[in-house]
Amino acid sequence: MTPQDYLPLIVMVLTGIAFGAVSIKAHEILGPRRPSKEKESTYESGMQPVKTAHERFSVKYYLVAMLFILFDIEVVFMYPWGVTFQDFFDQGMGTLTLVAMLLFIVTLLFGYIYILKKGALKWD
Amino acid sequence: MSEHDFLAIAPITTVAVFSLIVMLVDALVKKNTSLMQTLSVVGLLGGIGVAIWTLPKSLNGFNGLVAGGGMTNLFDILFCSAGILTVFLAKDYLERLGGHFNEFYTLLLMATSGAMLMAHATDFITLFVGVELMSICFYVLAGFLRRQVRSNEAAIKYFLLGAFASGFLLYGMALIYGTVGGTGYADVAANAATVEMPFIFWAGVALMIVGLAFKVAAFPFHQWAPDVYEGAPTVIAGFMSTAGKAAAFSAFIIFLNSVYGSGVEGTDRVQILLAVLAVGSMFIGNVTAIAQTNVKRMLAYSSVAHAGYMLIGLAAGSPDGSFGIIYYLIAYLFMQLGAFAIVGLLENEKGCNLTFDDYKGLSKRRPGLAMVMAIFMFSLTGIPPFAGFFGKYQLFKAAIGAEMTWLAICGVVASVISVWFYLGLVIAMFFRDSEEKQAEGGTLGGLSTAALAVAVVGTLVIGFLPQAIYDLLS
Amino acid sequence: MHSIPLSYYLILSVIIFLIGSIGVLTRRNAIIIFMCIELMLNAVNLTLVGFSRFSGDQAGQIMVLMVMTVAAAEAAVGLAIVLSLFRNKETVYLDEVNLMKW
Repeated sequence: MTPQDYLPLIVMVLTGIAFGAVSIKAHEILGPRRPSKEKESTYESGMQPVKTAHERFSVKYYLVAMLFILFDIEVVFMYPWGVTFQDFFDQGMGTLTLVAMLLFIVTLLFGYIYILKKGALKWD
Repeated sequence: MSEHDFLAIAPITTVAVFSLIVMLVDALVKKNTSLMQTLSVVGLLGGIGVAIWTLPKSLNGFNGLVAGGGMTNLFDILFCSAGILTVFLAKDYLERLGGHFNEFYTLLLMATSGAMLMAHATDFITLFVGVELMSICFYVLAGFLRRQVRSNEAAIKYFLLGAFASGFLLYGMALIYGTVGGTGYADVAANAATVEMPFIFWAGVALMIVGLAFKVAAFPFHQWAPDVYEGAPTVIAGFMSTAGKAAAFSAFIIFLNSVYGSGVEGTDRVQILLAVLAVGSMFIGNVTAIAQTNVKRMLAYSSVAHAGYMLIGLAAGSPDGSFGIIYYLIAYLFMQLGAFAIVGLLENEKGCNLTFDDYKGLSKRRPGLAMVMAIFMFSLTGIPPFAGFFGKYQLFKAAIGAEMTWLAICGVVASVISVWFYLGLVIAMFFRDSEEKQAEGGTLGGLSTAALAVAVVGTLVIGFLPQAIYDLLS
Repeated sequence: MHSIPLSYYLILSVIIFLIGSIGVLTRRNAIIIFMCIELMLNAVNLTLVGFSRFSGDQAGQIMVLMVMTVAAAEAAVGLAIVLSLFRNKETVYLDEVNLMKW
């Protein structure tokens, strides 16, 4: 890598910064500004804010978030499985590979039944 | 895949499947506590049975990811026994302290299968998964009495420091992987002698030793142990300090054997490093234990010292050393779990009644318990007819065999220091009178009695079995 | 096509790992300490992928997947522990969590 190779990168970064700065400034100079009470309010659609936003979330929220992380990340194991499944199938090991993945999913299902029966997903 | 693959992991599969069954029973069946207990014990007994069945075989499974048979299965039996004793002790204790949730059994079985996976691992990937499966269950179990701030505190300290140590362990694995070109111990054994970047390889080994030394609570990575053991439920502290330590040592032995066996230059430096860790653990653990007033904390510091004794076996780096560690771990299982069991029995509803002062005059109030506790204390000190003495003897013999006599002498001196607080507790129980009394703990239930009886018999009998276990291993 | 040598990846990952560990040792907020630990794990992931890419061995990438999932499980358990501590103690600062000292 020679320093010249970085030139396009630098040009791109500078263009990006310039574009952002110019459009913000241009909006300020060119755009009309007629402030009114509706426009200043939190939701321009007309919804009235009811109470302060600095409020504690319900614990349920954290619980659902944690469970989401757990069940979401498991898909990571299915990508490599999906990529290599065809190779295994061609070698005549398709059933075995499929059963292996089914075992994994059934184990996850056990976990799902558990949280469902324990009422972790009931919101009220 | 062949039957060899499945035989190699059969003990783990048994316990893991039962952990799932127990979890489903918890979710689907009402009024299930005794059913769950029974299923847990059945699962762990099944694990022992399968481990005994595959013990004579020498198995390698899943392209070198796991091994089975021999020493590994002996570790399986050890973990499952610790699990059974803990299940027996748990109900009385947890009910008394108001934390008897059924998740306990699922988590205990999963932690056991994680520990078993660590012993079976012959690859960094399986080792990592095993370590984390065990540790994550332990984090939750340490905070199991969730309304007690003390238990919360133990959980958060254990969690943050444990995850920190996992980072080091993992970085060590990554560096070794990069230099030897594979994640298997077979790759380490085959390529370590010819690595292109020996500095990175040794950095990796050192980082892995740091990570594993944390898991066994060895000096200078022992600071978490007293806090966690004190705050965690006492039965769990007993399980963590026996099965958890044994699992880390099993991984330690198998990993270091692959390094020693590779013929790479410089293993003597690793031995010196381990010897330094051993000496530090023995002295820091025992000297600090003298200053403790809380019995649980005293046992925690003494467990640091016991990790030090076992590190002597690793530093020796010989088959004798490995045998000494396994033998000591078996003895340690019974005496340490037994001691924690009694501490748990005497603990009252508020989690108090744990200081040396509270133990004064125990022989008058509860002579049986005081007697049994005295046996465990003598055994932990290493006084002859009990198991602890024979365990130490094997370890020191291994050190002398590896021309590290100074290490054996350090071990003996450290044992002498430990007399101070172990016998101090015995003296407090038998020869001191108590002034005013706190509420004493619970009554001795049937299951707890059985567990204590097993621990006492183990402590007494293991001392006479070294030859039998030696034959089993070779 | 010039390629970036392996040592660059390794040096970067060492730097990230050190930032993470210094963060763990100096910060007092449990959540931030946990974020620093995640940083360390990601430094390890970078090392693994770097080695894997340069040696052509796939095992390193598989290990990265394992590390990612385990880190997610750890995050869930860790947040639960922090939450239960906060319910009892109303703090996530570790220097205020000091019942046990000898």
